[in-house]
Amino acid sequence: METLFNSELKIINIGLEGFAETLKERGTSVMHVRWQPPAMGNDDLLSLLDKLK
Amino acid sequence: MSKIDQANQEAVKKMMMSRPVWVDIGKASEVIPGMKDNLFLHAGPPITWDRMSGPLKGAIIGGLIYEGKAKDTAEAEKLGASGDIEFAPCHHYNAVGPMAGVTTPSQQVFIVEDKELGGYTYSNMNEGYGKVLRYGAYDDEVINRLKWLDEVYASVLKEAVHLAGGVDMKSIIAQALHMGDDAHNRNRATTSLFIRTIAPFIVETQWGKKTDYDAPRLDLSNVSEYFKGKKASAAAEVLAFMHSNDLTSLNAIMAACKSMALAAHGVEHSTVVTTMARNGTDFGIRVSSTGDKWFTAPANVPDGLYFSGFKSSDANRDIGDSVITETVGVGGFAMAAAPAIVNFIGGSPADAFDATNEMYEITVAENNNFNIPAMDFKGTPTGIDVRKVVEKNIVPRINTGIAHKEPGIGQVGAGIVKPPMEIFIDALKELAK
Repeated sequence: METLFNSELKIINIGLEGFAETLKERGTSVMHVRWQPPAMGNDDLLSLLDKLK
Repeated sequence: MSKIDQANQEAVKKMMMSRPVWVDIGKASEVIPGMKDNLFLHAGPPITWDRMSGPLKGAIIGGLIYEGKAKDTAEAEKLGASGDIEFAPCHHYNAVGPMAGVTTPSQQVFIVEDKELGGYTYSNMNEGYGKVLRYGAYDDEVINRLKWLDEVYASVLKEAVHLAGGVDMKSIIAQALHMGDDAHNRNRATTSLFIRTIAPFIVETQWGKKTDYDAPRLDLSNVSEYFKGKKASAAAEVLAFMHSNDLTSLNAIMAACKSMALAAHGVEHSTVVTTMARNGTDFGIRVSSTGDKWFTAPANVPDGLYFSGFKSSDANRDIGDSVITETVGVGGFAMAAAPAIVNFIGGSPADAFDATNEMYEITVAENNNFNIPAMDFKGTPTGIDVRKVVEKNIVPRINTGIAHKEPGIGQVGAGIVKPPMEIFIDALKELAK
């Protein structure tokens, strides 16, 4: 763990972009991946999508 | 591969197989099957007079005056509300029209034939920018230009396209994407290619050679000193008008895109979107396997850049059938091919690439006709899958013009707009039944 925090951080941020922006503002190298839960996390829609596979 | 995935591959295969060729021009009431004297076509899903937005009402009023059915605004409004005039979506007649999309019985329309799969599609003539009928303006200048378009412009182009033996619209779109166009909001290249293809035939027409004729004239004195006080030939008027209007080719391109979308419609089990359209009040879609059923919700207001003197509070809700371009994989879906478009609709060139990349998330195929040089000639994202839109929570990206919300004013800007997610959810529910 000590090695991790003493070496250069390479960060991949998934989901909420705000975390990546904060890290960028602090000069940390970060790659942001746009991601959100499938079908907005709505169980009814997920069940419809399951039917239409 | 599931039966739905197979059906979607079949739908996009047909979409890409369609070969739309502009073959003729004719009077709407004579060439569009089912068109009649009291029927006015409009953009978007069905709508009644009382729910019509300002620009659509303005275009209907202008159309009634143009047709000689009303002598002024008050008479046209009364007639529009009376029920004596029938209103129907252009799409119900295999037609498309930009913005208000109002197509009246005596207007001349482009006729596009699918030379591969058969069938015809239609679109009216483009009037140029600013104060025009399709944005709801209808003063004398607008009505006189419509008369010139129908009596002179359409007559010359009709003769010219006969001499040319047709113009391959798919080829023009494909080339234009290599020249910085998206084939929706940026049409400098499509129109240049369109003019280059048809110009030799325009100058060969009998109509084009006329200088004296009993029809409205186009004032070319602002084009060049040469034309001041001179009666130009009809060919010169037509070519000067085409050159002055980057959107000259748009309506024929839209009819071509309608041809491609129509080819993909009616494939059993397919979840591919085959119609997207707005009437200034509602946004509507239709899906390949759900027949003629529309899924609609209130349209959003575009976000964009405004002409001098106008602001976002002047904007009407999203309007027009021109989103048929995005439906078949160009327009906003091909924005990476047209980075210069951001001067017109806002954003940065990087946004244009982001927009195209995002659309691959919700589409079925990479287009085998239309590709983007700056993306290693990758095919444009084509065939919107309702399932992917809902699963990814990503709606189609649309480039659009912005109409003033009051009738009689016209275009006030251009920008981007997103369709409401509800219509894709409603379509998904129907597909799952």
